[in-house]
Amino acid sequence: MSEPTLAPTGADPDAELLVRLRGGDEAAFLALVHKYGPVMQRVALTYVRTPAVAEEVVQDAWVGMLKALDRFEGRSTLRTWLLRILSNRAQTRGALEARSVPFSSLTDDDDEPSVETERFQGPDGRFPGGWAAFPTSWESLPEERMLARETLVQVDTAIRGLPGRQQQVIVLRDVAGWSADEVCDALSLTPENQRVLLHRARSRVRASLEHYLEAA
Amino acid sequence: MTCQQLVELVTAYFDDALDQAAREDFDRHVALCPGCLAYLEQMRTTIRLSHDLDTLERQPDVTALLSEFRDWQRTSSG
Repeated sequence: MSEPTLAPTGADPDAELLVRLRGGDEAAFLALVHKYGPVMQRVALTYVRTPAVAEEVVQDAWVGMLKALDRFEGRSTLRTWLLRILSNRAQTRGALEARSVPFSSLTDDDDEPSVETERFQGPDGRFPGGWAAFPTSWESLPEERMLARETLVQVDTAIRGLPGRQQQVIVLRDVAGWSADEVCDALSLTPENQRVLLHRARSRVRASLEHYLEAA
Repeated sequence: MTCQQLVELVTAYFDDALDQAAREDFDRHVALCPGCLAYLEQMRTTIRLSHDLDTLERQPDVTALLSEFRDWQRTSSG
């Protein structure tokens, strides 16, 4: 598959692994698999139905990457290129699964407010558009609550429940910590589009966390 | 800027994508509004927790991949 033309700013974080990989270094390959396998699995699952199929797609993407490595010119980072190979294959596979409604097209509603309208004062309120009641500071919650595995599982569940596009963006930006440029590059999004998707995703995850943390 | 408008701009704020006037407006609002300050903190916590998810990740099984890699090695060096 062709490389994206938009070069992200900054050097490739995997430049050294890439050199070693080209030299046939197995340890370098395994390092990449451990580093990016989990993220690829998450992204693949936004296109296909089951974790088993997602795993096959991920595997297929690694093989595809190896076969195309000769043609990789480094105009993007190795990982954004890898992600493009993966999305491509996952998309094809998802289409083959012939679902009537693909996951990724479900309720990707750009007009959805970040916080429910009822949380703000109406036009007749003292401060229209101001909070009806202030959000709670989570700093006051017991620290073990915030560090609990259960809280992380809640975040994980919320992310996995997001529409495909939002999920891909939040996984790459927040879970994996990639830059906005790289995410635009990997998913072929405009900066504006990327930001809208990320914002929707974060807002939904925050709301779900709020619901969980503040339930008695 | 109202609280309701502010919550729509948080990601643009974090990514430094607001123009200077909007950014100043945003900062002024948060400095005076405990509700939006708490909201901003909640968004920061959400991002941090998302990043912590890697502690839950299961490492992939590499057996099949390794044999693919060795095949590739053979053909590319041969």
